[in-house]
This record gives sequence, structure tokens and C-alpha cells, in this order.
Amino acid sequence: MEDERIVKLKEELESSLNLVKTSNDLVTLKAKYLGKTGIVTELTKNMKDLSQEERVSVGKYASAARNLCNLLFDKKNEELEQELLNKKLEKETIDITLPGNKIKRGSLHPFNKMVMEIEDLFVSMGYDVADGPELETDEYCFQRLNIPLGHPVRDTQDSFYINDEYLLRTQTSSVQARVMEANTDKTPIRIICPGKTYRRDDDATHSHQFGQVEGLVIDKGITMADLKGTLEIMAKKMLGEKTKVRFRPSFFPFTEPSVEVDVSCFKCNGKGCSLCKNTGWIELLGAGMVHPNVLKSNGYDPEKYNGFAFGMGIDRLAMMKYGITDIRYMYTDDIRFLKQFDREEY
Amino acid sequence: MKVSRKFLNDYIDINDLDIHDIAEKMTGVGNEYDYCGKLVEASNLVIGEVLECENHPDSDHLHVCKVDVGSEVLDIVCGAPNVRKGIKVIVALPGAKLPGGEIKRSTIRGVESNGMLCSIQELGIDHKYLKPEDIEGIHEVNEDVKVGEDALKALNYDDEVIDFELTSNRGDLLSIIGMAYEVGAIYKREVKDIDLSYPKEKGKMNFNLDIRTKRCPLFLAKKALNVKIKESPDFIKKRLIASGIRPINNIVDISNYVMIETGQPLHYYDADSLGDTLVVRDAKDNEKLVTLDNQERTLSKEDIVIANKEEAIGLAGVMGGLSTEVTENTKNVLIEAAIFDSVSIRLTSKKILRSEASNRFEKGLDYTRTYMAMERSCALLAKYADATIIDDICAYDTVDKKDNVIKITVDDINNLLGIELDKKTVIDILESLSFTVLDKKGTLEVTVPSRRMDISIKEDLVEEVARIYGIDNIPGKVPTLPLKRGSYNKFNRLIRNKLTSLGLNETMTYTLIPRSEVHKYTLDEFDEVTLLDPMSDDRSTLRYSLLPSLMMIYDYNSKRNNKDISIFEIGKSFFKREEYGEEERLAILMSGNYKDNLYKEKITFYHLKGIMEELLDSLGYNGRYSLVIDKLPNELHPGSSANINLNGKNIGIIGKVHPNVTKEDIYVLEINLTLLKSFRVGTLSFKEISKYPNIVHDVAFVLDNNITNETVMKEIKKSCGKYLVDISLFDTYYFDNNTKSLAYNLVFNDPNTTLTDEVVMPIFEKMIKDVTTKLNCKLRDN
Repeated sequence: MEDERIVKLKEELESSLNLVKTSNDLVTLKAKYLGKTGIVTELTKNMKDLSQEERVSVGKYASAARNLCNLLFDKKNEELEQELLNKKLEKETIDITLPGNKIKRGSLHPFNKMVMEIEDLFVSMGYDVADGPELETDEYCFQRLNIPLGHPVRDTQDSFYINDEYLLRTQTSSVQARVMEANTDKTPIRIICPGKTYRRDDDATHSHQFGQVEGLVIDKGITMADLKGTLEIMAKKMLGEKTKVRFRPSFFPFTEPSVEVDVSCFKCNGKGCSLCKNTGWIELLGAGMVHPNVLKSNGYDPEKYNGFAFGMGIDRLAMMKYGITDIRYMYTDDIRFLKQFDREEY
Repeated sequence: MKVSRKFLNDYIDINDLDIHDIAEKMTGVGNEYDYCGKLVEASNLVIGEVLECENHPDSDHLHVCKVDVGSEVLDIVCGAPNVRKGIKVIVALPGAKLPGGEIKRSTIRGVESNGMLCSIQELGIDHKYLKPEDIEGIHEVNEDVKVGEDALKALNYDDEVIDFELTSNRGDLLSIIGMAYEVGAIYKREVKDIDLSYPKEKGKMNFNLDIRTKRCPLFLAKKALNVKIKESPDFIKKRLIASGIRPINNIVDISNYVMIETGQPLHYYDADSLGDTLVVRDAKDNEKLVTLDNQERTLSKEDIVIANKEEAIGLAGVMGGLSTEVTENTKNVLIEAAIFDSVSIRLTSKKILRSEASNRFEKGLDYTRTYMAMERSCALLAKYADATIIDDICAYDTVDKKDNVIKITVDDINNLLGIELDKKTVIDILESLSFTVLDKKGTLEVTVPSRRMDISIKEDLVEEVARIYGIDNIPGKVPTLPLKRGSYNKFNRLIRNKLTSLGLNETMTYTLIPRSEVHKYTLDEFDEVTLLDPMSDDRSTLRYSLLPSLMMIYDYNSKRNNKDISIFEIGKSFFKREEYGEEERLAILMSGNYKDNLYKEKITFYHLKGIMEELLDSLGYNGRYSLVIDKLPNELHPGSSANINLNGKNIGIIGKVHPNVTKEDIYVLEINLTLLKSFRVGTLSFKEISKYPNIVHDVAFVLDNNITNETVMKEIKKSCGKYLVDISLFDTYYFDNNTKSLAYNLVFNDPNTTLTDEVVMPIFEKMIKDVTTKLNCKLRDN
């Protein structure tokens, strides 16, 4: 009998709650049932007039009704709150396509990116990176490298002189002489020296300022085979494992024997294209076994020690690697150019 | 050096060899080439005879010809003015490929034409070798050439050429004979002898040589009498063209021909204008000479001149003089074959003219070739200029003719190359280059031929063996040296990485800048370092500050509407104080927006200061630097700039660029990295974190605008003492032009016990009293 009443109350409450739209409506409805004169409150008002038996029955029903009311009102209240929150959240929707608030990443100059790549490779093979003056003396730039006054090579390295003694270095080979001279205890030398060099030359493929990296190994028993192996590793690590390497005899005053090193054109893989002038090869660097006169000039006995040296252009390598079409881009520093080198490769 | 296949074949048999194979193998032994191929690329050309030549019915200049080409008679329309019946001509048959295009059967103004009659120009011969008649009209072929023959072959144009780019040490290869030795070493073939025979007339020279300079070790003179000046034989002309030299007449051509053949430049004088004496001496300063090109040259004592008794008549090795030039009327020729000091010739020719001759003198000459060239010249003049050669010779010869013998062992070679060649291989290679080898108990005594002036030490012989053996045949390996980790300049890399991660772009600018810029952005005293002979005023001086360069980069980009610029550069700075010196500097320039436009972060002084702090802190200089306002360069805004001070030393500047310099808001910084690096930094080590809680209090003061944040912080710290572990400014407010408020957040801590307000408050109260008294300011109470 009580069950029926509860079921009926539930139906009645639910249909009333369906009409509730705001929390005010809910308060009103709550008062109607649970207020001081509310329907459920009224149930127990005249209890003292009832028999013990009736009292138990009414009490039981009233308690069940109160519980039901609380349950349903709480539930409705939660629903209303959630609805309110949802509306609030909807209003808080942002345009996620607006730009992120960030410090835009900067970039390294491609010249220095190239230098770092070369440095990392050689440092991993035990080479030290050496540095030397850019404002160099004729002695270190030429004389100690077997290029005496009047030597024809001085013509092809047309120089910027400051006076009879000082000039802007035309080649990073000058660091060779300084490192050898300083190494008085004749421990093995393994260095590379990247840096700026200067020659009187300015057109689409030449800049009066450009970069070279010099490599030098001096010890007892160094051979041409060591030079070949080292340069083969370098070419493959820098330009890809499939790179082919070709050695041609050549002439430089500071090395004997001297070689020039070509690599298979990475644009056409050696088939022939405009970059390699249809030869399939691109000239990468010059190298050779250190000339005995250079060893002698810098405090080494050529009968006991020998070594190899190599030198290569940094700008050219960077231009080849990144496909830069004009060397002038490297020095104009157009921000649109610089920003293209804004990430590391791995 | 352009090498004609036909010319080379005179001295080494290469009839069976492909020209490209020769070029590739020569590259492999160190002689690169620029071009390799036919002298004339045109095809399908035959000799024809004009049987009939009528005027074109519909043209006032065209002719309709019947041309016998051997296999048939073709109707060909021709517009050349010199076409006529009976002449032999070059006929391009239908299908012929000429530089101007392919020849096709066609109809020209209603008349059928089955080919083209060609001028020499139309074959693709370079203009510089052509005479006017080679351009204006079709070529008239000599009578004795057979109709139907291949025209290029009949005209000696069927040659092939390799244009070598030689290394500067191989002067010996500037001759066909030298090339023959090199090719001979590659293909193991014998070099053929040169023909030096001619009829000699007994007689006396009646001529005096007077060599007054040490810079002429060898001078030979001979006379060729009664020369007939005419065109050279066709083979000489064509070989000269293949060698890149324009044929003139038999006399001039023979001197060039012999130079190409032997590598020895010759000079021919008109013997009758020369007189009976020839002097070789150093020129006098300011001495004048009119050279062959009719230009007056002013000489200096570095030049060597040829002179008669009175005056200079030629610049030795570089250019002859006008007064003794061989002309159309020359009868008797004095032949000069000499060696001059190579450095002198190089310097003189650099001033006057670089020529085929001076190039050879510069590289150094082999005395045996001087004698050979003289004899060869006589032989050719006798044969092709009908000259009578007197057997007498005037010779001045101080050349040291000692054999060039170098001792070497097979081990010397193997130890330098890192291979294991046996003795026989080594000897075979050296002998293939015509070196003489004597095996004396394992030591090889190698006699180097006099032509190989590039070889003087053991290592030169090692190179000879290596290049003929093939450097590509040496297996590569890696040097066996102790394992170690290489070192590099980590400091600069840290700076680069820090600055790029803070959004800056690295630049690289020129070291050379205009002289007017060099003292900008610095008050340092130094003498500028200036080039003796700059390319232009804009690149005349080595920079001191890098900032002028960055300002130029700003201008360049700003002109292209890129005004959000945050850049930096690390580079050398040059100066002269007592000595020349250089230091490394870091420069930063920032302007425009720091972040995306939307977030309105216009770059201010404080952005740049923040970057500086981040950089210096990340390098370990935290707490050791400060900004001080001392004397500032004129290019900086005096109220928004400062010197950067580290441990009491000025290491750089930071600030806004002065409005006199630019209207834009540009902020710059420069730090002397060499100086910065000289301040050592301690190692990174952990500091114990306090186990006890912090007590935090805020305080704000109302002060005079002139009192700096740094002053206030200093006073607070000084008053609070050791329990104050952190202080930070969290608010600034400017009431007006005179007063402002600065609000600080103070953190107190005692690492040994829990601090209480009973301890902190008296310190805090005392601090407020100290600061307000000292700085004459008020506590902000709201």
C-alpha cells in the first residue's frame, strides 16, 4: 500500500521536475514538498493524534517520501549546475588557430652549420680544432709553406696586404705552420682549422672573403694511404655513403706528392649534369703529403716525420649541401635567407 | 695548352687511340682538361666543283649552280659574290650539321637547292683565325684537291684537340714534345725524334752579343738570309689554329709553330734594322720603349730589355719593339732563342701583357730545347721560307748543365705512399718517363731529364711513381694514432646555441668595411688597419666593432620591408696598438617585434638586457656583471645605454642606437669575447637546499625617479643581512615625472632552523627604516 503511494509520489515529482528550468523553480518545488507547510512535512504534523500502529505506518511513509524528494531534488540540482557550467564553457571557447605565443627559433648561418658538421666529424676521429690569426704575416701565410717571395702561386692567391709584412690570410694553411712550430715536444698532430680567408676576387662564384678548412696530420710513418682513407671517410660522411671519390695528382707548393680530390656529383649521381659540367665529378679539395721544406721550416726533421694536409672551401661545400645558387647570398644576410637554416638535421 | 692530335702524332704514335681515352688518362696522371673533341664539329662536307653558274631568275644576287660532288651533280642556290664556274668549293650536303643549323633540301625563290656552298666561317672556325675573305665569300679550294673528297680532311680541318689546364709546375708540358713524353709514359710508347736537318751555308755572323745582366743565362742568335715572306703551308696554319694561334705569314707562323712544338719561345728581328750588336741588360727606371703594339711603355729596372748600342729595342721575353719588327719587306732575319729569369718575366708580363711566350718563360725553360728550337727554326725557315742559313752561331751560355741525379730507395717510395711496390715496377715507371735509373745496391740513382725542371727532391720522384702507378690504386686506410677525443671551441658554440634558442638569427658579414665606419660604436683607442691597395673604398679597412656591419644588414633588410630583425654575429676585430692584433667579438642587433605581431612584444632595451643576462648566466658569469653608465660611444642613446662591466672590467656595450644615427628603435650589444673568455668560471656543483620553510614579505617604496632599482635592492640586501635569500622586483609604477613606486618580494630563510616572524619582523621593520632614511623615500602604504 505504501509502495503504491511512493510510486505515485515519484511519478508526481518527476513530472513536476520536468517542468523545472532554473534553480529558482527548484527552490519553489522543494518548498512545496519539504518546506514548513510542504506536502511531505504535513504528513507527520498530526502524528500525536494517531494510533501507535498508524504512527509507524505514516512515519515509515513520510521518511521514504522525504528520502525520495531529497534524492530527486539533488539529482535535478546537479543537472542544472552542469547545464550552467556547460553554457559557461561554451562561452569560453577560444580560436585555437591563433598563433602560439612563442619565441621564434633563431638560425645558424649555413657557413657555421657546415663548419660545425666538419668539426664534429673530425673531433670524433680525434682531431683538435685549431684557430689562428686572420691578419697574418707573409712568413706564416707563405714563406713557411714553401712559397718564397716571387713564387708564382702568390699571383693566383692575389692578396690584401696591410704592409710589407702583414696581410689578410689567403689560406687557412697558415695555421699549419703555427701549430707545428708550437708543438715543440713533437707529439702527434691531428688538427683541422676552419676559418675565414681573403683573396682579391669578386663575382658570382667567388667572394673576396670566403672560408676554408685546413686539415693536418703529422707523426712518424704517415702515408698517402692514410690521407686517402681519411678523405674517403670524410667524403662519405659529409655527402653520403654512396659518394665515390677520385684522386688526381696535382700541384701545390706545400705538399709533395699533391692530389686533388673529386667526388661523384651528388645532384646527378655521376651521370653528368650542369652542376658537374657533365663530367659526373665535382672537385672537393686539394691535399697531399706535407712538403719536406714545410716540415723543415717549422721545426721538423723530414727524415723522421711526415704527414698529410688537406684544404677545402667551406662556402662551396655549404652551397653544394644546401643547393645555394649564388655565393653572395652567404654574405648579404637577407633575413629570409638566414631563417631557412632554422633547424638541426639528424 | 691546346694540343692538336695531328701535331702530337708527329712525336708519338697515337693513330690507334681515342682522343677521349687520352684525355681521361692524362687527367688520371694530373693533367686536367677543359675541352676534348673535334677541331671542327661540322659534318657531311665534301669538295665540289661548280660546273655551271647562272643568275637566279628571281633575285639580283643569288646564283643557281650545278655542282659536281663526285657521286652526283647537285643544283644548289648560292648567294656568295665570288661563286663562279670552274672553282672548287666546300659543299654541305643535305643532312650536314653546321654550327648555324642543319642543311636541308629546300626551294629558294622557286628554285630547288640541294645543299650549301660554305665559307670558312660557316664551318664554325673562331672569328679570330679568319681573314675577311673567309667571312665574306665561299671558300675557294685549291685546284689539286679531288672532287668528292671529305672537305675537312682535304682542308686539314679533320683534327682533334684537347685543351689542357696544366698545373703551374709543369712548364715542360707547354710543348708538343713534352706532351709526347707524358703520353708515352702512360701508353708505354717511344717518343719520335725531331727533324733538325737543313742545308747550311758557310759564313760568319758578323754580329756581337753583349749580355750585361745575370738574368739572361742563355742567349743564342743565328741568321736566316733572303727569306721569302708568304703564306705558311696549310698544315702549319691548321695546326696553329688548333693550338689557338692565328696564322699570319710563314715567318711569324714558324716562330709560333716551333714554340708550340718545343716549348721555347723565339723572337725574330729584322736583321737589317737591328745593326750589328745586341745588348741584353736591365732596363733603366723610366726608360721608354715603343712595343710591337705601337704603345709607349715606361720601364723600370726590374724589367729586362734587349737593346742595340743606343736604346732599348724590345722587352725580353714579353714583347718585341716596333723598330726591329719583321715586316713584309724584311729580307734577313736574326733568330733569337734565349732564357730569361722567370720571376722577372712574370713581373714584367703582369704589367705589360701575358702571352703564350711570356707564360713559357715564367714557368722556366730547358736549355736543351733552346738549342733544339733554334735548329728547328732554321730547318723550317729553310724549308718553308727559302731561307739561307749561315752555319755560324752567336751564343752566350752560362747554364749549369750538371745532371740532376736524385738518390731514392724503393722503401722511400713505399713508406710515403703506404703501398708495397717492387723494385721492377718502380724502375719501369721511372723509365717510362724517360728517367735514367741506376740500381746501386738497392739505392736507385735517378737521372732526371733536363726538361723536367719541376723535379728536384725525392718526394718529387715519389709523386712521379704515384701518378703513373695511379693514386686511385693506392688502398685507403686510417692513420694509426693514439685514440683521443678531439677538442673544439665549445664556448662559441654555447653562445651560438643560446642565442639561436632565444630567437636570434646568425649572420656572417665582411671583415672589410669603409674606413669611415671603423671607429664607430666604440671609444677604444687604436689605429685602424687599412689595406695597401683596396678593391674599393667600401672594402678598405679591417673592422673593429662588428656593429657597423650589423647596421648595414639592418638597412638591407629594412629596405626590403623586413623590420623584425634579431641578429647576431661572432667575428674577429682588428686593430693596431703597439702591434697588430685581433680579438673576437659578439655583436647583437634587435629591432621590431620580438614575438609574433599578435602578442605585441616590441623589442625594448629590457629584451636585449634579458638576452645578455641569459647568455652570461648560462656561461657561468651569474652575479659577476653589472651595467654601469660610463662614457658611451656617440652612436648610442645616452639615456638608454650602458657599459657592461664584469669583475670591474668593461667587456662591452649595450643600448639603443642614437636617434642621430637612425629613426628606428634599434638596440645593439657588443661584447669582447676574448676578454670575456679570460675570466675563468668555476665548475658546476650542487648546493644543499634548505630543509626549513621560507617566510615571504612584500614591501613597496615611493621614491624619486632618479633612484635606480639596483640602488634600492642593494640597500635592502645590506640592511636585511644573511636571512634574506632572495629578492625580486615585482611591480613598478610611475606616479608622475618625479616619483615612482618599486615593489619587492623578499624571501627569508635560515638553513639551520625554522624562521619565525618574531625573528624576521624586526629585521624587516629595521630595513624599512634604513631604506627610507638612506634614500629619502617613503613606504608605500596602500
